Amino acid sequence: MTLFNYSYEDTVIHRLSGLTKLLGFLMLTGVVMYTYDIRIFLFILVFSFTLLRIAHIPLRKLKLVFLYVGIFLVINFFLAYLFSPDYGTEVYGSSTLIFQIAGNYDVTWEQLFYQVSKLLKYASVIPLGIIFLFTTDPSEFASSLNTIFVPYKVTYAVALTLRHFPDIQKEYTTISKAQQARGLDISKKTSFWHRFRNAVATMVPLIFSSLERIDVITNAMHLRGFSKHRTRTWYSFRPMKAPDGVALAICLAVVAGAACIAIFVNHGRFYNPFV
Amino acid sequence: MFKFGTRKMVATGIGAALFMVLFMFVKVPSWVPETQFQTAYALGSLMAVLFGPIAGFLIQFIGHALSDAIQYGSPWWSWVFASGVSGFVFGLAYKRTGVEVGEFKTRGVITFNVIQVIGNVVAWLVVAPLLDVVVYSEPAQLAFTQGAVAALMNVVSCGVLGSLLLFAWAKAVPSRGSLE
Repeated sequence: MTLFNYSYEDTVIHRLSGLTKLLGFLMLTGVVMYTYDIRIFLFILVFSFTLLRIAHIPLRKLKLVFLYVGIFLVINFFLAYLFSPDYGTEVYGSSTLIFQIAGNYDVTWEQLFYQVSKLLKYASVIPLGIIFLFTTDPSEFASSLNTIFVPYKVTYAVALTLRHFPDIQKEYTTISKAQQARGLDISKKTSFWHRFRNAVATMVPLIFSSLERIDVITNAMHLRGFSKHRTRTWYSFRPMKAPDGVALAICLAVVAGAACIAIFVNHGRFYNPFV
Repeated sequence: MFKFGTRKMVATGIGAALFMVLFMFVKVPSWVPETQFQTAYALGSLMAVLFGPIAGFLIQFIGHALSDAIQYGSPWWSWVFASGVSGFVFGLAYKRTGVEVGEFKTRGVITFNVIQVIGNVVAWLVVAPLLDVVVYSEPAQLAFTQGAVAALMNVVSCGVLGSLLLFAWAKAVPSRGSLE
């Protein structure tokens, strides 16, 4: 099982400040979220896989991600067709028949183009989340979130989440294997009511042992005078440097480029090759 | 109810990490093929009842956003936000069910379930599909159908698993007057 854990390596991406990476992540995913242009998606796809290379993250760490996204995409592809087989026509304002099936389930180039664009829309951002989580130090990330006016208790909660996720993931594996050894099963092989009961049998020890942590950590933080003041300073704070500026400039250029294409070329969110 | 002290903050951090683990690995298959009950929302409702609406919102928002980032690369923001909203509504049951004093009786069960049904319906039938259509320009019919399925699944998940977890928690807390 892959642990989603921050580990330091000496690459350009690791050395960037957490804030830069967050802003870059939001900008790039924002572009993909807003536009519906297959050319932009292709560009972001190449760009994000290049970043993966630069950050020295091996592709096998993304195995699970590819599996999830793959399943999701296949299901979504068919559902989208089932529920709105003429959404492409609606969007692009024309209808070019490929072959007939029945009723409005005729396959058109517009629908096919819309759905292929959608596929790439999801695929193009796959590496970005992984890059962000694998290369960002949780404490440093918390400090940089705080500099953009997120309350420090919220940023601290995010840092705690990132720190404890690998631990809790390990604990889950142990508990789940122990319960499976006892014959507790939550898959389709048991009856419906038993699935729920067995899920509870796995969840209760996991949750209760984690909730015990809460008191331990809270006490430790109280003893060190946490949350006495309205603001706080950060030991792990790193000021922005020249590479941060360059990285942000690149991301801004991508955003600006996509905005220009949307406004001047596409006149809207969708790229329409059918005009 | 809306105070956010150190204990609630730590609970949020740990709760969101737990939410991520459950969200990614512990799903109970349902009758319908390829749809599963998310046990994570049962945990979310438990934590929201114990630690209030702000913790509830943050646990589900952070947990959902980070697990989406791992699983899909980019969070699907409309649903992430809807998760947060449902967590916030679950949190309105804070100190209204008697769980924290070890008494989760009929009244508490009803209060919890009414609130969780409202939370799930608002989040998955209103917030998520509306944002899907506006932000992601998804076809409306697909968005609302998916929302309806999610609402139904999460109501069952919170109603059955959430209630069971609250029973377990109430049992573990020494109840009021038990020393007499």
